[in-house]
Amino acid sequence: MSKYLLIESRDPYESGDVGHYFDLAEGLARGGDDVTLFLVQNGVLPARRGARSDGLDAAIKAGIEILADDFSLRERAIGASDLRAGVKSSPLDAVVDGLADGAKTIWH
Amino acid sequence: MAGKKTLTFALMDAPYESARTTTAFRLMDIAARRGYDIRVFAYEGAVCVPFAQQTAHPNALHGRDAEEENHPLPKDWVAALMTEAESNGGSVDWVNCGLCVDERGVADAIEGVRRGTPGDLWSMAGESDNTLIMGTR
Repeated sequence: MSKYLLIESRDPYESGDVGHYFDLAEGLARGGDDVTLFLVQNGVLPARRGARSDGLDAAIKAGIEILADDFSLRERAIGASDLRAGVKSSPLDAVVDGLADGAKTIWH
Repeated sequence: MAGKKTLTFALMDAPYESARTTTAFRLMDIAARRGYDIRVFAYEGAVCVPFAQQTAHPNALHGRDAEEENHPLPKDWVAALMTEAESNGGSVDWVNCGLCVDERGVADAIEGVRRGTPGDLWSMAGESDNTLIMGTR
């Protein structure tokens, strides 16, 4: 089992690639890998409660840990209570933790 | 996760153009505060980030002089990152891709920045605990 840290910085409503990235995360998790999905910059937009994102829904159902950068959330006036179930606000330190811990880390 | 780590970051974005630059510096700042050794390979537009001839400027539209405008200069962020890392027992080895530098005429980088090739990224990655490539696309 490998440990993956997938970082999503893009708005899924602007870039179709984001859906494929969520698919990748889900596929890795369903294959038995330990996957964390970290949302940052405009990547936090689908984390809002009520936002539509089939890919993120599937990632949540697959049991992936999904973190959203607290600074990016604040920049966009998204409070912790505005987040959908399955997404947690997190400091960016989580990414450095993952890097230091040797997780296979991919930026998108 | 205890102990000193070495992390490599590959940056591609020119300054003032993308939130990725801000996020990259936020990540590297965290690493610097932990006293990690930080390796940076800057290529394409990112070689302009430590360009020494960046200057603060006034904003006539807003009626502010250069001091009031307090315009951020990425070269100062690079210098501050180096200072922060060193003050915590770490280091920053910043390599600018030489071909990218020549194409853009930005050879005049701040002290502590050196010229290199993509081979340096290969070496840095091999010597690091982990590497993050922050590509533009």
